[in-house]
Amino acid sequence: MTSQILLPALSPTMETGKLAKWLVKEGQSVSSGDIIAEIEPDKAVMEFEAVDDGTVAKLLVAEGAEEIAVNTPIALFETEGDPAPAEVSPAAVPAQPASPQAAQATPPSVSEAPQQTEDLPADTKYRSQTVREALRDAMAEEMRRDDAVFLMGEEVAEYEGAYKVSQGMLAEFGSERVVDTPITEHGFAGLGVGTAFAGLKPIVEFMTMNFAMQAIDHIVNSAAKTLYMSGGQMGCPIVFRGPNGAAARVAAQHSQDYAAWYAHIPGLKVIQPYSAADAKGLLKSAIRDPNPVVCLENEIMYGATFDVPMVEDHLVPIGKARVWKEGNDVTLVSFGIGMKHALAAADELSQLEIDAEVIDLRTLRPMDLPTVMDSVRKTNRCVTVEEGWPVCSIGSYVGSMIMQQAFDWLDAPVVNCTGKDVPMPYAANLEALALVSVDEIVAAARSVVYR
Amino acid sequence: MTETKEGLHKLLWRKGWAPPDDATMTDTKEEKEMTGAAAAAMPPDDATMTDTKEEKEMTGAAAAAMPPDDATMTETKEELLGYYRDMLLIRRFEEKSGQLYGMGLIGGFCHLYIGQEAVVVGVEAIALEGDRRITAYRDHGHMLACGMDAGEVMAELTGRIGGVSKGKGGSMHMFSKEQRFYGGHGIVGAQVPIGAGLAFADRYRGNRNVTFVYFGDGAANQGQVYETFNMASIWKLPALFIIENNQYAMGTSVARASSTPQMYTRGAAFNIPGESVDGMDVLAVKASAAGAAQRCREGDGPYILEMMTYRYRGHSMSDPAKYRTREEVQKVRTERDPIKLLRGRILRSGIAEEAELKTIDSEIKAAVSEADRFSRESPEPDSSELWTDVHLPV
Ligand SMILES: Cc1ncc(C[n+]2csc(CCOP(=O)(O)OP(=O)(O)O)c2C)c(N)n1
Ligand SMILES: [Mg+2]
Repeated sequence: MTSQILLPALSPTMETGKLAKWLVKEGQSVSSGDIIAEIEPDKAVMEFEAVDDGTVAKLLVAEGAEEIAVNTPIALFETEGDPAPAEVSPAAVPAQPASPQAAQATPPSVSEAPQQTEDLPADTKYRSQTVREALRDAMAEEMRRDDAVFLMGEEVAEYEGAYKVSQGMLAEFGSERVVDTPITEHGFAGLGVGTAFAGLKPIVEFMTMNFAMQAIDHIVNSAAKTLYMSGGQMGCPIVFRGPNGAAARVAAQHSQDYAAWYAHIPGLKVIQPYSAADAKGLLKSAIRDPNPVVCLENEIMYGATFDVPMVEDHLVPIGKARVWKEGNDVTLVSFGIGMKHALAAADELSQLEIDAEVIDLRTLRPMDLPTVMDSVRKTNRCVTVEEGWPVCSIGSYVGSMIMQQAFDWLDAPVVNCTGKDVPMPYAANLEALALVSVDEIVAAARSVVYR
Repeated sequence: MTETKEGLHKLLWRKGWAPPDDATMTDTKEEKEMTGAAAAAMPPDDATMTDTKEEKEMTGAAAAAMPPDDATMTETKEELLGYYRDMLLIRRFEEKSGQLYGMGLIGGFCHLYIGQEAVVVGVEAIALEGDRRITAYRDHGHMLACGMDAGEVMAELTGRIGGVSKGKGGSMHMFSKEQRFYGGHGIVGAQVPIGAGLAFADRYRGNRNVTFVYFGDGAANQGQVYETFNMASIWKLPALFIIENNQYAMGTSVARASSTPQMYTRGAAFNIPGESVDGMDVLAVKASAAGAAQRCREGDGPYILEMMTYRYRGHSMSDPAKYRTREEVQKVRTERDPIKLLRGRILRSGIAEEAELKTIDSEIKAAVSEADRFSRESPEPDSSELWTDVHLPV
């Protein structure tokens, strides 16, 4: 029986991959478990095993081919004997349910959106980088600059980061400065605070921010409050960072957005960059900041590419929002991955001749409210966008501040677009419904401009 | 599906559980007296740490060095074929899950149990009705071994309404009140105090049930494990802590993360005895679990079993696994595979013929194909399910 071998999905967020290497030839027989190819999703090379005994009849994809969609046939496979009774051949697989990633796969026309140019000379050169690379560069540059800076966390050194953010750092800085920890979040977060009290500048990576809940006591009670409790004597120059919010299909315990949680805490600074340039500039500022900073990243955005300025020392100030797109009809306020949805919505709105202004808060605490107020005084309407839950959200805070500071300029109530008020479900269709969507943002914007 | 479900249940139904109170102790005791290995694995009555450690070191070393002694097998044919069937079901189920993941029918994180089958099957072999179990995210094997329906587990993996959590939990988050399986936890180490709480409830009610609390070598470094050990010890909770030491926590080997390679000694500071067990040998697992569970049932408090085991696949589906060599994996597969080991014993001792095992192989293949079919044909949950199960009605 001949069957197709399809390009497998090898990670929760993989949509396409590169066929790095064929390890079999046409006509070669293999057994179940033999490695037949090396496949490269965006972060690492993975081995792909045969799942049955048989012969590789034909290779359908050339070695080195890139951007192959998951489930594309890459080879034909010949097996002997009887196929298992209810074995469904891949070709007969019913259409896969709409996955949220597929729904979001069409990226917003980010390239058309203005790239970061603020405060930079007109002749600045840019290069294209992923958010993942930008974060790594930020850490590496700061570690070269200041030997008190070090990185600590689970799998940051030898594995080079569970999401490959610290790629190359162990090789450059050695195991004294790129430190693998046991799975001991509460312990190493507290230990990190101690090193900061003693004058070091730790960057503490949480594999994901979901696991920082194990350590939240040290972030809130030890890192955030000590300066105050010590009458200003003892600062805590520490960065807690890691991917935050939903990834893809990782369900309730691994899909939470902590923006509002950390933004609530006096004593902390909280940044949540969207673009690679901001990720780099903000993380560098965070590492230099003498206060504890929580840097909320996003797994889905790690592989997104943006223009990053090629300047000596690219710093983005903490506490400054950024207007991504100017507009007159409605202000969309967002941050982090919410910006992806907000920019996509702005594109759709422009087709309806609604001219949206899009603001990326970038920092959640201290929040740049003047930039929001200036915009609302111009557009007279505001929609907030975030992946987190609606109750006591960032959006509800922004809305209440607009009410206090720009009430007379408002022509419609502020609308909050958020994730749904439920734990994240696993099923593909439910997950898509639970996440904030571009359609919802467009509908909200239309409702406040009354068209 | 009803028919098939029953079929699968029958397939999995091998315990012949006796009603709790009367049969309970007799069975276990009997088993122990009969089995040489089990007797050796029994904790001393007065479990001072010195004694236990000494004994355990002996047991651990002996278990590792000695070839399985077919002559001392006291299990019935039915029991042995049952363990074979259960381990094979897990193996084939997990292979199928891996395939479905590659095809995009399973998403998110999916942690396969391939290689570790003997641990859960050996422990479940001594479980009595009413016993409870809890584990982390590498949980498919635990669910199949305690009798949960393979089709429902697989449909949970594909995120369908027929799944045990109606598609809302996924691979890492499944539960069964009926089988007393309390999850399915995604946060490393979090299941350990919860497991002690399950044991507390049994102690509170004064019954003789045990809770099997499974966690990994990586999880063993979480602080809450030690807070739990202390409470479990002072309150003599009937908790059997089972450390599944598969040598790695993601890409971190035990040697790099643990101050001691002997995780069974991790209870020493809390007066909890422990032993190291060959977790690739289902009969060794069963024997140690029998002794340890007995102790818990008799009110002597918690016990630690460190199962020396190995995972063949990556940590999850997206693990390039560069932290170990192909040869290392291959060596375990060829020399220590739990299914091959038991198969060899069964054949050598003449308990069953090749043909009989082949029949089991095809039964399992059919059962997994059926689970696969169900998991694809079951529809996605209705969108109204998004809003249900957040609170119970008051
Ligand atoms: C609190 C917490 N920290 C980190 C993780 C990410 N993580 C998931 S599994 C894992 C490794 C655990 O290894 P081990 O306990 O040995 O279990 P195994 O995967 O080997 O079964 C890590 C670090 C998590 N899920 N929860
Ligand atoms: Mg492990």
